[in-house]
Amino acid sequence: LAPWVPVVGLEIHAQISSNSKLFSGSQVQFAAPPNSLVSFFDASLPGTLPVLNRRCVEAAVMTGLALNCSINKKSLFDRKHYFYADLPAGYQITQQRVPIAVNGSLSYSLCIDNKMSQMVTKTVRIKQIQLEQDSGKSLHDDTRSQTLVDLNRAGVGLMEVVMEPDMCCGEEAAAAVRELQLILQTLGSSQAVMAEGQLRVDANVSVHHPGEPYGVRTEVKNINSMRFLAKAVDYEIQRQIEELESGGTILNETRAFDSKLGCTVPMRDKEGKQDYRFMPEPNLPPLILYDAKSLPANMNHQQVVNIDWIHERLPDLPRVKRARLVERYGILPEHSFTLLNEDGLSEFFENVVKQTQMKPKKVIGWILQDMLSYLKQHSLPVKESPVSSSRLADLLNLLEKKEISSSAAKQVLAELWKGEGKTPLEIVKEKKLELIQDQKELEQICQAVIDGQENEVIMMVLG
Amino acid sequence: ACLETRFQVAAALKEGHVTPTELCQRCLALIKSTKFLNAYVTVAEETALKQAEESEKRYKRGQPLGVLDGIPVAVKDNFNTAGIETTCASNMLKGYISPYNATVVQKLLDQGAVLLGKTNLDEFAMGSGSTDGVFGPVRNPWSYSRQYKEKSVPKSHSEDKESNWVITGGSSGGSAAAVSSFTCFAALGSDTGGSTRNPAAHCGVVGLKPTYGLISRHGLIPLVNSMDVPGILARCVDDAAVVLGSLAGHDPKDSTTIQDKFKPFDLPNLTDVSKLSIGIPKEYHAPGLSSEILALWSKAADLFKDAGAKVIEVSLPHTRYSIVCYHVLCTAEVASNMARFDGLEYGHRSDTNKSTASMYAATRREGFNDVVRGRILSGNYFLLKQNYENYFIKAQKVRRLIANDFVKVFESGVDILLTPTTLSDAVPYMEFIKEDNRTRSAQDDILTQAANMAGLPAINVPTALSERGLPVGLQFIGRSFQEKQLLTVAKWFENQVKFPMIQLEEVERHNHGVLQHQKSASFS
Repeated sequence: LAPWVPVVGLEIHAQISSNSKLFSGSQVQFAAPPNSLVSFFDASLPGTLPVLNRRCVEAAVMTGLALNCSINKKSLFDRKHYFYADLPAGYQITQQRVPIAVNGSLSYSLCIDNKMSQMVTKTVRIKQIQLEQDSGKSLHDDTRSQTLVDLNRAGVGLMEVVMEPDMCCGEEAAAAVRELQLILQTLGSSQAVMAEGQLRVDANVSVHHPGEPYGVRTEVKNINSMRFLAKAVDYEIQRQIEELESGGTILNETRAFDSKLGCTVPMRDKEGKQDYRFMPEPNLPPLILYDAKSLPANMNHQQVVNIDWIHERLPDLPRVKRARLVERYGILPEHSFTLLNEDGLSEFFENVVKQTQMKPKKVIGWILQDMLSYLKQHSLPVKESPVSSSRLADLLNLLEKKEISSSAAKQVLAELWKGEGKTPLEIVKEKKLELIQDQKELEQICQAVIDGQENEVIMMVLG
Repeated sequence: ACLETRFQVAAALKEGHVTPTELCQRCLALIKSTKFLNAYVTVAEETALKQAEESEKRYKRGQPLGVLDGIPVAVKDNFNTAGIETTCASNMLKGYISPYNATVVQKLLDQGAVLLGKTNLDEFAMGSGSTDGVFGPVRNPWSYSRQYKEKSVPKSHSEDKESNWVITGGSSGGSAAAVSSFTCFAALGSDTGGSTRNPAAHCGVVGLKPTYGLISRHGLIPLVNSMDVPGILARCVDDAAVVLGSLAGHDPKDSTTIQDKFKPFDLPNLTDVSKLSIGIPKEYHAPGLSSEILALWSKAADLFKDAGAKVIEVSLPHTRYSIVCYHVLCTAEVASNMARFDGLEYGHRSDTNKSTASMYAATRREGFNDVVRGRILSGNYFLLKQNYENYFIKAQKVRRLIANDFVKVFESGVDILLTPTTLSDAVPYMEFIKEDNRTRSAQDDILTQAANMAGLPAINVPTALSERGLPVGLQFIGRSFQEKQLLTVAKWFENQVKFPMIQLEEVERHNHGVLQHQKSASFS
């Protein structure tokens, strides 16, 4: 059987972290009482007009720069029409013709095998980033045959990041999204928490034989977590291969991921191709951005967004932070990934290093193996760890000074995790875990052991 | 004192010859006795009287808010007015009480104007007759004027004044009729293809279409976002200038308003027109233009020439494509703008509850008239992927050509263009309805809507009475944001032609003793 080449592209919607919505002044807030954050414009009251939120533009520019995109100094807004209960105006304002950023790239890494011993770096091209409105939420109540509509989310700013089909499997897709998530969180342009709907991923999947054109693709929606992303993509790839190998065809359709069954199913609502009747948004003039060169001298700085100004103020991206950790502390690249993957862990690590004589190369083991596994066991984020960085540093100092053994240290750490507030030294004394350095003392102990086991000694001496 | 214009009224108010409350009551009474005109959808009697009271207090303190304080105004029913029904003359918005004021409404109220009520229109401003709204057609006050009645010969015995009445033109017919019949001193209309200038011409009042981007559209329920402007109707050019001064300027709520600071101006009394260059676009000698209006247009050109102005023929070669171009762009935007009317959040909602889709369909079928639905269907057709390039994009390109025609002409040294506003005087309603809305709009918009395409300011100035005793106006089109020049020239022309005042029984009755007739040499 000829090999199959799976092709995966992604459309990611990231909710912009801002106080107010993309085109109106109502607040952005998760889990507020239904329809409590809805302005006249959000409710599509006739006669209301959109007013662009500057912060959202800055967030998109930041993100575009971090993803190596060209920022379009002129971008346009369009209306995308369709009827749905959670879309009050009957259209979404988006950027279809000329989006704010194009032609970028994202580097991400994954492990060759399951152990973190070999990491490989891959790149996915970013086709574009566009600004657009989020829709409201519909809750279907089948028992009462009604739909409840909450417009709190209607009009919240989104950045849609389109990743070209450069990925080949669920693992790559998940790794790419994870890296994007870290970048967004570092920039602050989106909090990108998937569980709160701040990061939503749609996957475009197809398969083909090498040398042949790309196959028909399906779109997989409703992926709510990173875990499900890899599963959904891999399932869909497999489903398509099986379908094609048994002589079937792939429909260009939209499918939803059913997390309970672990499979993708066709979505009822999206049958037939939709014609969105795109039209320029007449109430928003073209969005003009400036850089240091093009900025007119007498321009009011409050009224413009300066790309260079934003570029100068970009924080260090995860890639840079990792490289710095590797260089400064001599840890392995895969270590730096784990450190950054866990919120607050790299800071914790650096704090411990500051307070201990133990070499960072040794400290890292304690962080990534011991501390991290305890955190996972207790389902705690780093900031809620009962063991502080200074506590751990004290413990590691004892180990470093050879006052306790390595196994004793692990015992002490277990005790510290009980969170009873004792210091490492106190626990060592309590449990008599001190290392005995005195030769004479050691001889006495050994002698006592031998004395107490006469029979066994005789058996050993006799061979 | 003559209380014909706002200017005269303002003086009277200031000097205490008349109080805001008296003025308000007088207007309300006149509205009642001219109810047969059907110019008003809602009369906000209580709130108007309250506003008048407040104004009176201010005058007593010697602290009026400005020149509009205490002045009764009316607003077309497609502007949002908080607490007062806004219907757009449609079933879709019957009973809809907006929670906010349109910016222009707020500005008028902030100046102390007294809002008498909301005026009638074609449904959602689609039409050129003010005949296609759910509250019925608006009647042109001139139908009942002595001037018209004298000239009209009843065609048969059975025909009475009831069936012979003429239309106001549209779609801001209610506002034009309200100003024309003296029930208010100024009114807001809207102008997308001529909807302020057309009824102004037929009703013998000044109708100003400002430059696109000068006055905020926030709160104006849109027809075509890229062409709509709030329009001003008044009885003289000076009044229109004053209202313009109170409305113009950047609105952060409307991203299409220009940022430049607007300086309200007083209109100079132009005496010397020798430095003026008046352009006569030959394409505006359109098919169907009545010989009467053609003659008037020619006379007006001569008037300028005789006074020393340079009058030259110019060409706007793409004029003949503007109707078709307008049709594509207008219907496309209509289809988009009307998508929000689904019955979910506000407005009419059908009882059908089989499914969301069926509820949407029934709501929109019940809420919109045929004209609106027809435009939505056309617009959606033009926006389909396979048609977009050939229709919408093409129309945008043609629009650019039309706009460039004007740019070229103005660049060549022409200051103002002089054209007719309408093809004829107002036709009787019975005749008007013989053709459908689309046909009528296509015919009637031809002289006015190129200005909307190009975003230029334009004004109708009532010029003379036709042979039938009905008003005929002429249009001036100016350069972008040069309203001062446009209005200055218009005012000069107004002073030359001295258009006669309407002789309406009801008006005379209400202003007995106070209002003087202005017998002026009529232009024709």
